[in-house]
Amino acid sequence: MDYLGIFSDYTLRTVALGAALLGLVSGALGTFAFLRRQSLIGDAMSHAALPGIALAFLITGSKATIVLLIGAAIAGWLGTWFIIKVVNLTRIKEDSALGLILSVFFGFGLVLLTFIQKMPQASQAGLDKFLFGQAATLLERDVVVMAALGVPVLILTILFWKELKLLSFDRDFGSHSGFPMHRLELLLTSLLVIAIVIGLQTVGVVLMSAMIVAPPAAARQWTDRMGVMVVLSSFFGAVSGVAGAVISSLSNNLPTGPTIVICMSGIVIFSILFAPNRGLLWAAVQKKRNNRKLQLQAVMEDLYFLSRQHKNPLYAHPVAVLRTMSAGHGGVDRSLEVLKSRGLAQSSDDDNWSLTETGIKEAGANVMKFKGQI
Amino acid sequence: MTENVIEVTDLTVAYRENPVLWDIDFTVPKGVLLAIVGPNGAGKTTLLKTILGLVKSAAGNVLIFGKPYSEVRRRVGYVPQRGSVDWDFPTTVLDVVMMGSYGKLGWVRRPGRKEKEQAINALGRVGMEKYSDRQINQLSGGQQQRVFLARALIQDAEIYFMDEPFQGVDATTERAIIKILKELRSEGKTVVVVHHDLQTVPEYFDWVTLLNVRRIASGPVEDVFTEENLRLAYGGKVAFLTQHSAGETGNGAEIETTDNTKSDIK
Repeated sequence: MDYLGIFSDYTLRTVALGAALLGLVSGALGTFAFLRRQSLIGDAMSHAALPGIALAFLITGSKATIVLLIGAAIAGWLGTWFIIKVVNLTRIKEDSALGLILSVFFGFGLVLLTFIQKMPQASQAGLDKFLFGQAATLLERDVVVMAALGVPVLILTILFWKELKLLSFDRDFGSHSGFPMHRLELLLTSLLVIAIVIGLQTVGVVLMSAMIVAPPAAARQWTDRMGVMVVLSSFFGAVSGVAGAVISSLSNNLPTGPTIVICMSGIVIFSILFAPNRGLLWAAVQKKRNNRKLQLQAVMEDLYFLSRQHKNPLYAHPVAVLRTMSAGHGGVDRSLEVLKSRGLAQSSDDDNWSLTETGIKEAGANVMKFKGQI
Repeated sequence: MTENVIEVTDLTVAYRENPVLWDIDFTVPKGVLLAIVGPNGAGKTTLLKTILGLVKSAAGNVLIFGKPYSEVRRRVGYVPQRGSVDWDFPTTVLDVVMMGSYGKLGWVRRPGRKEKEQAINALGRVGMEKYSDRQINQLSGGQQQRVFLARALIQDAEIYFMDEPFQGVDATTERAIIKILKELRSEGKTVVVVHHDLQTVPEYFDWVTLLNVRRIASGPVEDVFTEENLRLAYGGKVAFLTQHSAGETGNGAEIETTDNTKSDIK
């Protein structure tokens, strides 16, 4: 297979473009959901969209993408509205409300889907691609629909950047500043629903929420700026979208949704492990560095203590003495080498060590500083 | 008689069936530093939020400069409780302070050079100019509080509402806040502070409202901040140890809890 020729292939180009678009939009809007600690609402929205797709087909008899997506958006939006109402009007908390609406809507959607599949006409086939997504079925006109929905979403996000940031960071202060926070919340919810709907044909209702949750989670590891975070999150979403869609298109019967999500998970795992500052590896390295610094100081202090036991402060002591003194710290030999290289310690032979004149001064100052802190 | 800049009448707020605030009446004259004081659950924060239209009232009326709050919003500054936001939010100190300019900017317009200068000035006033590029998750509690204060300062308001600005802050921050409160007063501005430290009320404030769901008393500190009123507000759960302290305002009262309201009266 000619791998370089992939993007000259018409179908693949369409698929890649569509997947990039969906990753871009869901990554951007997902950031807001992530920062507002509402990532899971995306899960409810996407599952709730399924009956909308089925009903849109049953009512119109059309399988045009735009018709199905409008149905999906209405159902997704309705599901979210129900969640808000359940939380406000009853004593059911948000997590239960989410689970409730998600399963009720999704279950209803599955029932409708089964019903549609048993209908006698031949035209009913293919709606089940909305479960796990099927990128290979993306046509140019589908991508046009996705762009027609997605580009306005991105434009509105940029336009109301300041207001949406205020909503995400400090709702009360935003309200006090004169912005109608309820309406902004409505706007953000609608944008999020559209972002999800765009991806349904490619990723599917079951896993679309991953495209809302995962990209910002990965992006947050790399940056402390909201603007950078949105851009990175979009980028991660787009990259995994393209990678997953292309891989699944190349082999038959590989559902796109799971493939994209596996690619995205790879990025998340990599970010959590290796991102500077927040990454686990970084934290482990920091910890090791701190440990070594502490060991070094301990050995230096021990040498200082020993130097004061003798008339000649430069009297050398065996390493074994230091080892017993720093029991539990370890790293005595390494610390001694480091001290030597800094001109703070010296050895008469490999086994016997003492501080140098400068070493004694510095250790003394350290001890005083330490006492001062107490 | 000086002009009253805040007039609260019959204000009642309920959460489900329970009253949180009940029939509150009080007025605040221009140019005072007012402390709202009361035990935990007395409705201090709710009162502030209701005045600012953030919490719906069941009944009653609030006038600021003789008008409903929504008409005079631009003349009002607000410092929410520091704990009400996520300090791990990915943004910088300068960015948070500039949020104070969003209201004046209105929809869609972004803060520019002028707003940035205002923000840096405000950070200078709270002694945080060196921190403008700092990520907000690297701040101490006191620094967070000063950032919130700076954000309110660039609102350039005539009345400020501050929710527990002294809660859990270091001495530097406490001094910085007091300095600014006094500056604001000398500029003729009115400041309303939800406060939890009874000991410092006579020293820091000149007007006080004692609250415990109902309004217990409201007026100049020397008239209102009395043992009897405090006992009414704190429900007899406080015992007075001393009536006199060395403070210049004289009337400092030291209070010890005999019950479980301790956290509020440290």
